[in-house]
Amino acid sequence: MNTPVLQANNLVKYFHEPETFAVLKKVSFEVQKGEFVSIVGKSGCGKSTLLYVLSTMDTDFEGELTLNGTTIHGKSQDELARFRGEHIGFVFQFHYLLPEFTCLQNVMIPALKLGKYSREEIRERAMDKLRLLGVAEQADKRASKLSGGQQQRVAIARALINDPTIIMGDEPTGNLDSNNSKIVFDIFRDLAHTYGQTLICVTHDQEFARATDRTIEMQDGEIISHGN
Amino acid sequence: MAFSLIFQIAKTHLLSKKKQTITAMLGVTFGIGMFVLMISVMTGVNDYLTDSMLESTAHIRMYNDLESSSRLSIVEEIFNGVKNMATIAHQKPKNMKLNIRNGMQIVEALRTDPNVAGVSPQLNSQVFYNYGVVQLNGTIAGVNILDEDKLFNVTEKLKSGTLESLLATSNGMIMGAGLAKKLNAKVGDRVQVTTPFGTTMTLKIVATFATGNVAVDNVKSYASITTVQKILQRDPGYITTISINLHSMTSAKQIAPEFQAKYGVKSEDWETANAVILQSFVIRNLMTYVVVTTLLVVAGFGIYNIMSMTINDKMKDIAILKATGFSANDIVAIFLVQAIVVGVLGASLGLCIGGTLAYFVSQIPVDFGEFSSMTRFPVAFHLIHYVSGILFGVGATCLAGLLPSRKAGKIDPVQIIRG
Repeated sequence: MNTPVLQANNLVKYFHEPETFAVLKKVSFEVQKGEFVSIVGKSGCGKSTLLYVLSTMDTDFEGELTLNGTTIHGKSQDELARFRGEHIGFVFQFHYLLPEFTCLQNVMIPALKLGKYSREEIRERAMDKLRLLGVAEQADKRASKLSGGQQQRVAIARALINDPTIIMGDEPTGNLDSNNSKIVFDIFRDLAHTYGQTLICVTHDQEFARATDRTIEMQDGEIISHGN
Repeated sequence: MAFSLIFQIAKTHLLSKKKQTITAMLGVTFGIGMFVLMISVMTGVNDYLTDSMLESTAHIRMYNDLESSSRLSIVEEIFNGVKNMATIAHQKPKNMKLNIRNGMQIVEALRTDPNVAGVSPQLNSQVFYNYGVVQLNGTIAGVNILDEDKLFNVTEKLKSGTLESLLATSNGMIMGAGLAKKLNAKVGDRVQVTTPFGTTMTLKIVATFATGNVAVDNVKSYASITTVQKILQRDPGYITTISINLHSMTSAKQIAPEFQAKYGVKSEDWETANAVILQSFVIRNLMTYVVVTTLLVVAGFGIYNIMSMTINDKMKDIAILKATGFSANDIVAIFLVQAIVVGVLGASLGLCIGGTLAYFVSQIPVDFGEFSSMTRFPVAFHLIHYVSGILFGVGATCLAGLLPSRKAGKIDPVQIIRG
């Protein structure tokens, strides 16, 4: 009874600088709902590029990408921005919070933009997410005043705020010490197993990858193992 | 909902980097302040010069235009065409009268004309001023001093004495300050006036005046029309010039030919009489516009620089916002709101500072000697300068915010996140 929430079909992506070469060579795979998938591979194998294509932030590719039943091709930038807000949550290697805003505001902003709930409801939901990630007491602090581990947890709360179809992580633990890495990983696994959240993470961390449901291995722009 | 969020983000940006916000605002303030100050001062000087020229120029001047007489003598008329029959050597021109025929009647008729604001009849003559051993060439203007005052504001130009004393004194005159100085004569002194016809009369100086124009102040005196008629031994009603002011000075060019046709007297409007001076006004105005435009362009570039720096600082934030669902238009709106706030506050402050500085400049005492009526630096305070200042300030800031934020909004967030 598996339902694919992400289908990639023959994705091809070229870099034109310094000379044209294919970073992704006909990459095809599926991710099922509730799966916790990691993508691993050596530096330059194209795994981050693949993630950005999947995230709809990079539209300069060939092939077919379907997210939650919606084909990405041919959508305008504004439609994609709204689609991202609704369906995709991001966790970057460097937390990338807005430094001038409080943690609570950082979490609330994508939901306010989407405008699905009232401001009060959004505030409640944001506090719930912060509580879930154990950083509720930091809610009214400026984002720039938090430690790296705390910032990453706030970033995860932000990714969760709109109940996205998929959470995408680009080396979400890459900039954290082992203790914080473990905390972040446990949160991810908890999200996947307890709440049925679909997650795709690009990582270097072998330990991290082994502990996920499935590991896709990449080499030179091709998938060499789907990890089934 | 969407707008309140955009407004909130813009507000947080502005408040969290107060120093940068204030720097950007001061950039606008400085540009607009200087613009207001410069245009106020330059317009003030231009207005002053225009006014001082127009003050001493009648809108229309009527006078008897002497045609050089090449009249044939009777002898030549009779023997016209017959050669060598009659010759007259050393023929002299006919004695021409300089006066306007029926001058006083024309004056009375003009006073009832609806276009006319004021009329002043004059009798001008060349004279010699004799005081002790000093003898100077000059002119005397016989006027009805109250009419003259209405047209040319003589009261304001008086350096000593009063206007009324001319009416109270028989055989009095108001002398140009420069002329009085050359003669070494003061108010109360009696100066002998000699006409080209050899007649003389002694007139008492009752007041002195200075227009600021040396060519007038060093040669001219006012006396009553009857006094001058007496010196010249002319009958009452003998006048040579009629100065006319209209309700609207711009209509002088059309009305002057009408008067000329109606009264049969040469009528010259001020624009024709001062063609060269008007040209210099045009050039000066052009220079004002060049300077002001340069100032605005410089200010505009300054504002653009600051805004685009502010936005470049925020590139990473823009990428995050785009990754979390904000469209390019949202990004533009966020920075446009900031630009409008910076522009409105900065330009308003600029107007205050520019206006205050202009006020201080207008209080600077200036002294160009006794021949000038100017006591303070001339500065103009026109609403239009302030309106255009704030419009330009806000407009330039918006444009300066719009261009870089549009560019930033279009960039793929991946490019920024990858670094």
